[in-house]
Amino acid sequence: MSTASLHETTHHADHADAHHGHHKETFITKYVFSQDHKTIAKQFLVTGIIWAIIGGLFSVIFRLQLGYPDATFPWLEDFLGHWAKGGKLNPEFYYALVTMHGTILVFFVLTAGLSGTFANFLIPLQIGARDMASPMLNMLSYWFFFLASVIMMASLFVQTGPASGGWTIYPPLSALGDASMGSKIGMDLWLVSMAMFIVSSLLGGLNYITTILNMRTKGMSMTRMPLTIWALFFTAVLGVLSFPVLLSGAILLLFDRNLGTSFFLSDIVVAGKVLPNEGGSAILFQHLFWFLGHPEVYIILLPAMGMASEILSVNSRKPIFGYMAMVGSLFAITILAFLVWAHHMFVTGLNPFLGSVFVLLTLLIAVPSAIKVFNWLTTLWKGNIRFTPAMLFAIGFVSLFISGGLTGIFLGNSALDIHLHDTYFVIAHFHIVMGVASFFGMFAGVYHWYPKMFGRYLNNTLAYIHFWVTIIGSYLIFWPMHYEGLAGMPRRYYDFSNWESFKMFGGLNEFISLIAMLVFAVQLLFVFNFFYSIWKGRKVTTLNPWAANTLEWTTPIRPGHGNWEGDIPEVHRWPYDYAKDGIDHIAQDVPVGAGESKH
Amino acid sequence: MERGVTQQRNRIHPHKFTLWVGIGSIVMMFAGLTSAYIVKRNQANWISYDLPLAFWYSTAVIVLSSITVHLASKSFKERAMARYRKLMLGTLLLGVLFIILQVIGFQTLWSKGITLQANVSFSFLYVIVGLHALHVIGGVVALIVMALNSFSKKTRIYSTVPVELISTYWHFVDLLWIYLLFFLLMIK
Repeated sequence: MSTASLHETTHHADHADAHHGHHKETFITKYVFSQDHKTIAKQFLVTGIIWAIIGGLFSVIFRLQLGYPDATFPWLEDFLGHWAKGGKLNPEFYYALVTMHGTILVFFVLTAGLSGTFANFLIPLQIGARDMASPMLNMLSYWFFFLASVIMMASLFVQTGPASGGWTIYPPLSALGDASMGSKIGMDLWLVSMAMFIVSSLLGGLNYITTILNMRTKGMSMTRMPLTIWALFFTAVLGVLSFPVLLSGAILLLFDRNLGTSFFLSDIVVAGKVLPNEGGSAILFQHLFWFLGHPEVYIILLPAMGMASEILSVNSRKPIFGYMAMVGSLFAITILAFLVWAHHMFVTGLNPFLGSVFVLLTLLIAVPSAIKVFNWLTTLWKGNIRFTPAMLFAIGFVSLFISGGLTGIFLGNSALDIHLHDTYFVIAHFHIVMGVASFFGMFAGVYHWYPKMFGRYLNNTLAYIHFWVTIIGSYLIFWPMHYEGLAGMPRRYYDFSNWESFKMFGGLNEFISLIAMLVFAVQLLFVFNFFYSIWKGRKVTTLNPWAANTLEWTTPIRPGHGNWEGDIPEVHRWPYDYAKDGIDHIAQDVPVGAGESKH
Repeated sequence: MERGVTQQRNRIHPHKFTLWVGIGSIVMMFAGLTSAYIVKRNQANWISYDLPLAFWYSTAVIVLSSITVHLASKSFKERAMARYRKLMLGTLLLGVLFIILQVIGFQTLWSKGITLQANVSFSFLYVIVGLHALHVIGGVVALIVMALNSFSKKTRIYSTVPVELISTYWHFVDLLWIYLLFFLLMIK
């Protein structure tokens, strides 16, 4: 390593007006191996969208099986070959689909696609930096993600299918190649892909933290940073501290799989044959996995929280309510995220006393969460609200976060969890609070910053259809699952029609599947809108289309590498001076006037 | 060129800071592994073992190399390039010696029947010490680059950042080794 990045930053500063066309960038350096944070952000976003379509499609396919367990779909065989003989989904492949749906959505879409996109795009623009601390590491971060994507994609096409032991890859299914179809090469590819993914996410995280702490423009003190940046900062901290622990778990798992060790294996009989492995503990893996796994939930959620805060304030034309409380609650959530992992393991034989400690710590998360919800609602209160698509998605995020968060209080209780664990209640909870809510944050971010990304607007009519179908559809899909879960319907089952007690849910399951297909179709409408508008969308003609205060709107409509053509603006105030002293908004780079009141 | 530098406000050098955060990340990985070790230690089928003598020699070697890299960095700042070259080469050689001693240590263990697969406690020893050795090898690669650069004319351009980076990282793997050694001695 050398001082290269500093020199590069300088170099690019000279070419800040590169977009005028008199520069030597080739197609390859501009669009493929680019070191411009904005291009890298778009690469993450587009790759994330492709993964989201694949992951979403998988859920539609397994919902077909759940909604119509007795029907056959001959066209499925044309599409999936021997995985759907006679138009009926193979049970082994059903598990592969469920596993890959989770892996893709959790890691490739809502971690890389969300953080990768918005941390890259917004951090330098909103703190006033020409690029990331190390543009080179940043580029590597994307290409490791790309490599991880290629390997994971390849695992979909191997003879024995991709990993199928659940996205949590618990041993022994994941540790023994003979345990199931998906435990063979698909599992190896999964582990290698995740190792690449962890490297990508660490390189990204190192860069985000360093950039935020060291590269802020003059006057941009930490307490003047937009809440998006605070959220992305805590997200990066979570990632840098928790992913290495998953890596250590994955390394031990690789040893168990390939080198005959017994970290996670003991007393196992496969197909009548007793294995020599002695002394390992499968529970140990769960500890290592959930030490990442729980922070991972917040890695997914915090960026959405940050963007929702920013968008709610801008479109309410009001300062965010309780800025410092918002920062404090983000911090509290970050700390608590590391102290609650065992609530995923209440029924593994965990010492009940230890369990009750984790119950307490888990329920404590309700405090910072409630602070955030209160502040979002009070920001909206008596605001001059503009219902832009971004705003609707941000409000939708708050709604989903409340609905999904409340069921977390049920699940965080170790006593209730004995009944509720591994049922559809859990599925309903985490899909609403983490999955759909974060997607809403991501959509809000895309609709809000699209003009900055591409210099054009997305189509509003399509956006409104997208919003209303998605919000109503998501509730229709996941709300009934609470009832199924309370009735004890277990998750991950291939077919419920053999159980007398779950037969009554046949109609409900069909309903859920139908709505899931509809919602998936509407997401394709969004994808169409996204790509169509890059070339054909209405052009942005003003620098600051949303009349926002943050620095990204002081750059040219289509900023080149280096972001600002002249000097980087100096910051004189916090980003939430809306409706202050009778003025609609005062941007961060406007000096404080003589008679101005304090905020 | 000056425009960007004067405008871009850098508090601590970004690469140094990145290294520190990266070190935090590596610490978490070893914290994960050593906590897993403690958890496993209290369960059945744990067999204690003695560390080979070679690990003790390697400890002395890496501590010595930490001193040489510190002196190298000091010489670099004093522009005593001849001394810097010698110390950098010395550090590199000590780094390589450390790896060799670790390999010898593993061979001794293996010959005593303390093999990777024989027991979970041995497996842990191999993985934890092995991963640390990988981090040292990474440092050795960086040291090779630094040692080669020390013979080129370019190092006369005064930038202490690369030297400080390698020195920080090298002290870190040294400290990490001492932690692991004590950990393995205390909890076995």
